[in-house]
Amino acid sequence: MEKKTVNKLLKMQQKYAPVYFLAPAMILFSIFVIWPIFQSIWISFHKWDGFSPMTWVGLKNYRKLFDDPRFYTSLKNNIYWLVFMMLAPLVGLSLALFLNQQIKGMRVIKSLFFFPFVINLVVVGLVFSWFYNPDLGLLSVLLGVFGIEPIPILADEKMATFGIIIAGLWPQTAYCMILYLTGLAGVNTQIVEAGRIDGAAGWQMLRHVILPQLRPATIVALTVTVIGALRSFDLIATMTAGGPWGSSYVLAYHMYDEAIFNFKMGYGAALAVVLFLIMSVFIYFFLKRMIDTEK
Amino acid sequence: MSKRIIVLMLSVFVLISGVFAAGQQDAAMDEGPKMLVINSNQSDPSTKAAVAETVALFQEEYPEIEVQLNTFDHEAYKTAIRNFLATEAPDVAFWFAGNRMKFFVDQNLFMDVSDVWKDEDLYDSMSSSLNSLTINNKQYGVPWSYYQWGIYYRMDIFEKYGLSVPETWDEFMSNNDVLVANGIAPVTIGTKYLWTAAGWFDYFNLRVNGYEFHMELMTGKASYLDPKLDKVFDLWGDMVKRGHFLENHATYSWQEAQAPLIKGEAAMYLIGNFMMPDMESAGVIDKIGFFQFPIIDPSVGVYEDAPTDTIHIPAKAKNVEAAKMFLAFMTRPDVQDIMNPGSLPPSKYASAPDDRFKKAGFEMLGKADGLAQFYDRDTTPEMAKAGMEGFQEFMVYPDREDAIRTRLERERKSLFE
Repeated sequence: MEKKTVNKLLKMQQKYAPVYFLAPAMILFSIFVIWPIFQSIWISFHKWDGFSPMTWVGLKNYRKLFDDPRFYTSLKNNIYWLVFMMLAPLVGLSLALFLNQQIKGMRVIKSLFFFPFVINLVVVGLVFSWFYNPDLGLLSVLLGVFGIEPIPILADEKMATFGIIIAGLWPQTAYCMILYLTGLAGVNTQIVEAGRIDGAAGWQMLRHVILPQLRPATIVALTVTVIGALRSFDLIATMTAGGPWGSSYVLAYHMYDEAIFNFKMGYGAALAVVLFLIMSVFIYFFLKRMIDTEK
Repeated sequence: MSKRIIVLMLSVFVLISGVFAAGQQDAAMDEGPKMLVINSNQSDPSTKAAVAETVALFQEEYPEIEVQLNTFDHEAYKTAIRNFLATEAPDVAFWFAGNRMKFFVDQNLFMDVSDVWKDEDLYDSMSSSLNSLTINNKQYGVPWSYYQWGIYYRMDIFEKYGLSVPETWDEFMSNNDVLVANGIAPVTIGTKYLWTAAGWFDYFNLRVNGYEFHMELMTGKASYLDPKLDKVFDLWGDMVKRGHFLENHATYSWQEAQAPLIKGEAAMYLIGNFMMPDMESAGVIDKIGFFQFPIIDPSVGVYEDAPTDTIHIPAKAKNVEAAKMFLAFMTRPDVQDIMNPGSLPPSKYASAPDDRFKKAGFEMLGKADGLAQFYDRDTTPEMAKAGMEGFQEFMVYPDREDAIRTRLERERKSLFE
């Protein structure tokens, strides 16, 4: 009789233990992540300056979005960010393959390559704005060697976004490199040996033996880069403040500008919702891949 | 055994937190009526020291009031103030006159302080700032500082090329051409943070169209397509096309744009007097001179940009009585002397400025027919942002004038109509 109750209790404990352990994280996640998402959606249907009572305007904020030329600029720049930031996993992989060698002093070189990721993004932005500075910057000195006039990259409406993306690639590549380096450390040597015996080498070996084993690292690197590209903000704020004349805006910066600077919380929230929808497409895709591979 | 330890730890934790909570409550009760909380945006070394000195003096005179001074970074303050005014308001907050103040008055976040104006007779001593602090015949803050805008120039460069201080627009332009011919950028400017470009717009519009039209434009009553603005953009575009502005100015902040002036690669800078401490630490202050923005149309009155810095009492202030005492204290002529190491005291009875730049500014503003605050203080924040971006673009591509003005007009319509 008594044993039975104890067993039952144990079973109950096993059944509910995950709930106890997950509860703190779930509660915090709901309060600080899930709830604000719904709050933003709610605010996006209102006209609100942050102080006075909110007035319901329905879909007006969204309709306004589609008349706003800056929204299209931001969207276009976000696409540039997405496309060109994809260089980070690519270059990161090449660097990782190159650095994954047993040579004396490699550890120091590895940590040097990793260094940009440790620097705060604001500092990266400042360093690159000085680098680009047409008056004193290193870039104009380098161009001067080839007899080229200094190019004011951050003051040019066509080049500013790309100038910032290059600054963004610097730490992001380092991050992807580390992901791949850890991935490479976990590559099964037996399979590599087997491949070698079968006569695989070079590209074939990479394509059919190494890369499939790096798949988890690739998924993480891509996810992190996509999300990083979509929420790029710090670099834009420090390097151009959206300029020149708003040509380097992205959705995240536009949202900040409308909500915090122009006091249009509703409009800012509508932008946030659009950004969230774009992100969810990618997040859905990656989550699905992840769940499928787990199975 | 282990359970007992857990229970023990838990009870200790509860006890400790209880003690802390009680302690906090006591502290809050003690602070109650005597504490005066001041939030300041004066983060530059010289004014920061001046605020500290003023607060110390205030405490000496009113020992029963305990002052807590919180200093914020100047730029960060602009966003922080919105939070603290609506939630945990201080008793006194530093801010700006004009439309910047009106925004918070409209939200009922600043208190009416007309009684301080009456008790201290500020209507007399602060008459020059009265307009910019009045809404519906009530005053919502007191001024403690203002400063002139104008053209700071390298006297040695002017001397080298035989140039004299220009009084008319033609003289100004021919000076600039000489400088360009000698490989010197006539005017340095950094438009990365936009507002420096607005200084030029303000002056062009004030000199060409006068104060009334300028204010109509600022308050959204006049159109950016108004033909009166044609001449403003013509003159400005002419300067751009003749290469009178520093190249690549959109890359630089206003501070970075000081470098060419300091190095002698640029001759002039249209800016506020707040630049002077930097010139002093760069060791070139003796080579710097100051002149008023040249007259364009002699039939138009002479108006100047002179932004006023102010202090206010938030509507949610807890210690209003002490806050009003502090406001009154800040308007005293002797205190205004302390508060203005680099700028001018708005009080009529403060002592006359001692350095040559402040003196020149004081004289110029005293003779002016009227004072504007500055583009981003006179118009609404959204309009200012859109306008200043347009000005920045115009200063690189003057040919886009029509597109820019049409864009600004659309923005104005959506904001004001």
